[in-house]
Amino acid sequence: MLKYLEPNKIFSITSKAPKYVLLLFIVILTIGLAEALIFSPEDYIQSHSVRIMYVHVPAAWISLGVFSLITLFSIVGYIFKIKNFFLISKSLAPSGLVFNIIALVTGSIWGKPTWGTWWAWDARITSMLILCLFYILYLIAWRLYENKDKVHFITSLILILGIINVPIIKYSVDWWNTLHQPASINILSKSSIHISMLIPLIYMTAAFALFSLLIFLMKYNTELIKVKNKGLDRL
Amino acid sequence: MYGKKVRLRFFFIFLILITLSLSIFLIFKSLEKNVVFFQSPSEIKILSEIDKKKIRVGGMVKKNSISVKEQKLRFVITDFKSEINVTYSGVIPNLFAEGKGVVAEGYLKGRNFFAATKILAKHDENYMPPEVKKALEEN
Repeated sequence: MLKYLEPNKIFSITSKAPKYVLLLFIVILTIGLAEALIFSPEDYIQSHSVRIMYVHVPAAWISLGVFSLITLFSIVGYIFKIKNFFLISKSLAPSGLVFNIIALVTGSIWGKPTWGTWWAWDARITSMLILCLFYILYLIAWRLYENKDKVHFITSLILILGIINVPIIKYSVDWWNTLHQPASINILSKSSIHISMLIPLIYMTAAFALFSLLIFLMKYNTELIKVKNKGLDRL
Repeated sequence: MYGKKVRLRFFFIFLILITLSLSIFLIFKSLEKNVVFFQSPSEIKILSEIDKKKIRVGGMVKKNSISVKEQKLRFVITDFKSEINVTYSGVIPNLFAEGKGVVAEGYLKGRNFFAATKILAKHDENYMPPEVKKALEEN
């Protein structure tokens, strides 16, 4: 197991993988955009403005998923003192922040024509803004602290604080009266979104996930080069 | 199996998580009134006193209740238990329609009367093409 943690082994994978991921990303994004903008039908009430959903919802999902992942890596890394997991966590975070901002901005653009407002201090939207702030805090902490033990502890703490917000985001629309509508897609019960609109949503989610993976691999590569330059043989 | 330090760190993280979750739960519980975006007509009915502050009322626009008289839009917000009459003049969002969700921001002028200064449409979680909607209605 330990031999896979050698920077050279990981490096040989992470330096080759991005071009394949990029290729796959372009293919899936093309299919997804074609499905979302051309082939999918308009909504019975929102007509064409429903197409913003195909960017808004996947971006929100990815930002929540990335936050959960980096928290998991950070906590496991903290408990078992695995430095590599902190690097993975650090490299994943920027794409999560980008998708969080995309979700907020597209939500705003979508909200104006449908709800009649750019912004509302509603539980879902506010908790999503708080997640964005946690991402920023996390990334700033990495730049602020030089000492490795200190930065690992502080970033883990920020993520633990932030992860409590994730279930609040998910269930805010069920627990309280919000302007934001409840979830359309349920794993356990029937989804309230038509299959012809679900397909582009899935393609776009896959495309965004691949983009996250691509940015992660590039970032992680840089981190590994930094480790190598410091002359450390093992992470 | 694992070292003492590892177990200790595990409990440390676990306790932080539990403590924070509980405190945040309690904070939200006590602030519930501020977390909700709007109140329903039933909640307005049981208010002990009518506040002069700006509030939001939300629910469904009652079927056949929208009328325009002297530049003023009148409609009824219902939660199928209680109702409240709303007057408004200004821009209405695209999704504002009878039988659809709405949130009105403004001032209470009595238990049954609300003067809105802003209207927001509340969208539901259903997405489908128009043909499917038509087919559903025919059934």
